[in-house]
Amino acid sequence: MSDLPTPEEMLKVDHRPPSAGWMDSPVEIRKGIACYAGNPKSLEAVGFPNPRTWSCFDEDWQLPENWQEILHEGFKERLERFRSFRVFMDICVRCGACADKCHYFIGTGDPKNMPVLRAELLRSVYRNDFSKIGKILGKLNGARPMTIDVLKEWWSYLFQCSECRRCSVFCPYGIDTAEITIMGRELLNLLGLNIDWIITPVANCFRTGNHLGIQPHAYKDMLDFFADEIEDITGVRLEPQINKKGADILFVTPSGDVFADPGTYTCMGYMMLFHFLKENYGFDITWSTYASEGGNFGFFTSHEMMKRLNAKMYAEAKRLGVKWILGGECGHMWRVIHQYMDTMNGPADFLEEPVSPITGTKFENAKSTKMVHITEFTSDLIKHGKLDLDPSRNDHLKVTFHDSCNTSRGMGIFEEPRYVIQNVCNHFYEMPRNTIRESTFCCGSGSGLNAGENMELRMAGGLPRANAVKYVHEKHGVNMLACICAIDRAVLPDLMDYWVPGVDVTGIHEMVANALNLPGQNERDTDLRGEPLPGIEGQTEEEADEG
Amino acid sequence: MRLKKLLELRKRPIIDQWFERVIKSYAPDTAQFIKNQKDPFSNPFGSVLSKGLAVLFDQLLTNPDSETVKRSLDPIIRIRAVQDYSPSQATAFILILKNIVRENIKNELQDSQTANELLQFESKIDALSLVAFDIYMACKEKIYDLKTNTERNKVYKAFERAGLLTETSEPDPGLQRS
Repeated sequence: MSDLPTPEEMLKVDHRPPSAGWMDSPVEIRKGIACYAGNPKSLEAVGFPNPRTWSCFDEDWQLPENWQEILHEGFKERLERFRSFRVFMDICVRCGACADKCHYFIGTGDPKNMPVLRAELLRSVYRNDFSKIGKILGKLNGARPMTIDVLKEWWSYLFQCSECRRCSVFCPYGIDTAEITIMGRELLNLLGLNIDWIITPVANCFRTGNHLGIQPHAYKDMLDFFADEIEDITGVRLEPQINKKGADILFVTPSGDVFADPGTYTCMGYMMLFHFLKENYGFDITWSTYASEGGNFGFFTSHEMMKRLNAKMYAEAKRLGVKWILGGECGHMWRVIHQYMDTMNGPADFLEEPVSPITGTKFENAKSTKMVHITEFTSDLIKHGKLDLDPSRNDHLKVTFHDSCNTSRGMGIFEEPRYVIQNVCNHFYEMPRNTIRESTFCCGSGSGLNAGENMELRMAGGLPRANAVKYVHEKHGVNMLACICAIDRAVLPDLMDYWVPGVDVTGIHEMVANALNLPGQNERDTDLRGEPLPGIEGQTEEEADEG
Repeated sequence: MRLKKLLELRKRPIIDQWFERVIKSYAPDTAQFIKNQKDPFSNPFGSVLSKGLAVLFDQLLTNPDSETVKRSLDPIIRIRAVQDYSPSQATAFILILKNIVRENIKNELQDSQTANELLQFESKIDALSLVAFDIYMACKEKIYDLKTNTERNKVYKAFERAGLLTETSEPDPGLQRS
């Protein structure tokens, strides 16, 4: 028996990497992990270099002849321009605190997805090109020249990072590895190396105003369609204001809320809230078919592109002459507003410091950007007793809350969404502490990685998040995962389908609207999704009493 | 029954060795992490693996209950199905148990009854391997479903937005709009 080959030998399952170091293990670009290359027309639309049809699975990536020089110069320019970048290149002591904090590492088991190693991809070239010791000692000092294999490794792993910044929470030096990915992607863009799921939304947003390239009339059609749906459910006809000059407030939300389920129900939620406020308090807010995108995929290409897209929202606010901007449930829109807007396009001094016209609350945190997050706005309304809520209409939901990376780590919103949820739902359960708030796990599809072709990567990257949802699903019967990000709403249903069937995904304002009593409404039989309300049969008397 | 007694006595070291052999299919740094990080939310794979292997071994010692087997095997395979493994590599960890058991009882295999019982025990491992293959395929099919639905939704929604589906009263039942 001992002469027979073992199953491991027969199957060659022992595929541990060779004993050679990570630098000598060439990257394998795999289907299921990699995203398709950017459409050249989209690159042309925004004036990005080297537009051509190419594939990451090809040997030849059709780079410009002097690509190494372009990268070197681009690297040098950014080291001079961004002090943080140079500091992050120099100060890592490779302590390993970040190593096991990345959801892509935890899910894929690929050590090159350890944040420290992903950053080493850039640092190794930095040492070679910009450090004297690195030039002299070479590999001994962890330095290596930029070659085509290194470039492919950069491309592969910089698009296996969702810039979620969980690793940065644990770094004793405060290194923000997401910033390193951001710089790395910016450098790749100098060579025309991008993915289509990022660059085409960027081009659409730049030209038409939103990621999908929806034109103004179609945007209005969708809001009208939602008004019809709301009328069917509540008996109340509402008329959203669109492109209204002189309105008090401009509302900007990701286009995913308008065009992609289940975000569409969140969109209906915003509309019902605004109608309620208009009827009761004369609230004056307008939607815009031009600032029809809160999301900013430019953030995933370059600082300049991010600035161009962000500026459109403010230009529209100026054109309409509003006082301030209310922002919907979005992820990276808020990171851009909170961390970059003021430096890039601020101060927005043509707007007023936001004050709630209903409660008088001054949103001092938005003093400079003039933009208020809708959960801040709604929680303030609830706190002042301004909403008429019947949380029992959400009694069929057992809810948990996923802190979106951008709003939690990117801007510190922790309490407001929870406060709103707990006032519109009766059943709320937190996921384990080390998977929420500042330690939240990414959905696995952020920073433009929410494509279809990289589904294995998305499922692996979303494992830690799904694993925590599974825990509360099994322990408390949680059946609804709430979030305040349009990418979350787009990708978490797939993630739940694979890891935790039986859990659906919602935005918070969908639940707000389900609980909200509109003036003059009919008795409701269903929620916004058309699902029968809990115990609707045989409970009409109680409901009548409540009403 | 001799084999069962032997294996029950050596259960802990066998399960530990099984765990070690499975995590050797990962890079050394990853293997160390899977082994040492005990928090189930920081290390989902290590958690389901250590729990799952213990249950599976117990099941093999008795008449396996197919539901219990699937419940323990599914979380392990579900993770390996989205990692960088071929189908054989993703499921081979079941068959590795044969070698581990043989190594642990090699001195007792001279006894014909024990050897005979080992053959029956190994047949159960083979059956487990087939269950693993079914789960692996179901996971992959789910992945392809998700990919297909993503692509089909793009087309469907594009047609819908272009106003080409205005006469259609019901959405295509084959499409899951997500």
